[in-house]
Amino acid sequence: MSEALFRPLNARDGLQATWSDGRSTASVAADFIKPNSFLTPVERLEIYARSYWFRVLDCLHEDYPGVRAILGQRRFMKLSTAFLAAFPSASFTLRNLGSRLPAFIQDQPALSAPHTHLAVDMARFEWAQVVAFDGPSLPPLTEDDILDAGPTRLRVALQPHITVMECAYPVDEFALALKKRDAALRGEASNTLTAMPASRPSARPRLPRPARTCVAVHRQANMLYFKRLEPEAYAILTALRDGRTLSAACAAALRDADPAIDWASRVQSWFQAWQAHGWFCRRSNRGRT
Amino acid sequence: MPANPFNNHTDYGIGIGLRVPHYRHILEKKPVVDWFEIISENFMVDAGRPLEVLDRILEQYRVVQHGVSMYFGSADKPDREHLKRLRTLVKRTGTPWLSDHLCWGSVDGRYTHDLLPMPYTFAVAKHTAAKIRAVRDFVEVPICVENVSSYAEFHQSEMTEWEFLSEVVEMADCGILLDVNNIYVSSKNHSFDPYDYLDNVPHHRVGQLHIAGHTKYRKYILDTHDHPVLDPVWDLYAHAIKHCGHTATLLEWDDRIPSFDEVHHEALKATQFLGDHAPAAGGKGKARAAAQPVTA
Repeated sequence: MSEALFRPLNARDGLQATWSDGRSTASVAADFIKPNSFLTPVERLEIYARSYWFRVLDCLHEDYPGVRAILGQRRFMKLSTAFLAAFPSASFTLRNLGSRLPAFIQDQPALSAPHTHLAVDMARFEWAQVVAFDGPSLPPLTEDDILDAGPTRLRVALQPHITVMECAYPVDEFALALKKRDAALRGEASNTLTAMPASRPSARPRLPRPARTCVAVHRQANMLYFKRLEPEAYAILTALRDGRTLSAACAAALRDADPAIDWASRVQSWFQAWQAHGWFCRRSNRGRT
Repeated sequence: MPANPFNNHTDYGIGIGLRVPHYRHILEKKPVVDWFEIISENFMVDAGRPLEVLDRILEQYRVVQHGVSMYFGSADKPDREHLKRLRTLVKRTGTPWLSDHLCWGSVDGRYTHDLLPMPYTFAVAKHTAAKIRAVRDFVEVPICVENVSSYAEFHQSEMTEWEFLSEVVEMADCGILLDVNNIYVSSKNHSFDPYDYLDNVPHHRVGQLHIAGHTKYRKYILDTHDHPVLDPVWDLYAHAIKHCGHTATLLEWDDRIPSFDEVHHEALKATQFLGDHAPAAGGKGKARAAAQPVTA
């Protein structure tokens, strides 16, 4: 039965006519499922297969609106179906269903060409939001923790729910544009009389042009946020995340930085903000957290 | 029989499912509701908004956990990570009992996220009962297993669904979450008399009841939880109450969810069937059983 469920549906949302071993699906189904007065065995099996595929496709549809907007509905469905056929759920919770989608898009570029890089960036960004929504939160580092260790010995970890990422495209702006578009469409669909929008919302915001973008996706007071990072700030955070000491992380990140800029005060203000957000926590003894 | 060991001797009245579209209403208006049923998996997370909401609900209300992915009938052993997270949540909610479905849904570590029917054989019943016992021993609360609605029957089956259910719960020494809507749906899909089902399950093991709406298609009925409860299901519910006594009852409404008040009003229709029985006892102050629909 499970084999029937995990195989993609045909173009009419039915079971494929042939089983994996070449027999007809109808005869395989009849071997283990009874017919009733209204439905054949294969029709009964099909109810479950449809239910499975509609459920898992709907889950990706909800978790990856940005990738869907980039590829369009039809190509997104094709990508999702291929992904789920290769990687069925391996977790008791649907929350984890799409965790491997960013890598899958990267490995199967034909399914997203010519927008593969943008789709990969957006998928990473959207998975980071899933992590930020309900990922673990550890006790934040205190001022005393920092002062006790000193910059040459201090190794910190980022909160597990934070993802810092470097993208080739400004996916955060595109995501915001999509949210605005959706809000505008909801407004149009409402009967409530409101001011006319300045311009009619388009079906999809224009796809962004490449532009190096560093961003942190995080949670603050249980709300999701994404925060743009300057490249040097991103470099410091990734170095800290990867286990460098505070002083080594700063030295590496600022090695080629513009000497005309007062980096000391800039770095200090970044750290004040990150510390205020509770982004740092103790490093696990088992290494990278 | 107002309560039994299978719901930890509690005496809960009418509850409703805690669903995202109602969070704001519940947290702001604090309606009088006897108890909320949560889907365990939605809260088996590390942190964030889901647990914040749950903790605020727990300050005001009694909560009972209902699972959708333990898959007692799957051949796989229970997933350790799943069990640990479930036990952590049980400690957090203080749920007096825990329910999940009499079904399978995973194979070789792959999950269908569906409630799939099992072949009704003695071997399967034995395996399922052993798994229920193992889970109960780990989470340390009574377990009630829920009959699922189904759309397929297997040649391999050796008994009726109610005989299978009885066999499993007797072997596992666990309770039953009797879903009368599921009985109705399956009775139409498999052409049996739903009253035969109701009359022949061990009533003293029924710790909770579910009611829900369904959708009729040309050739079958689908358990959609997107409608009010239909009259034939209310009739079955009345019959179940006659057998089981005052039993904790929950209305499931999971799709096309209307306002909180509409869902609660529908759930409280069950009071007329529970009316002849003793009022619910115990509870947490503000979260005491409601006798009237909330209309505010």
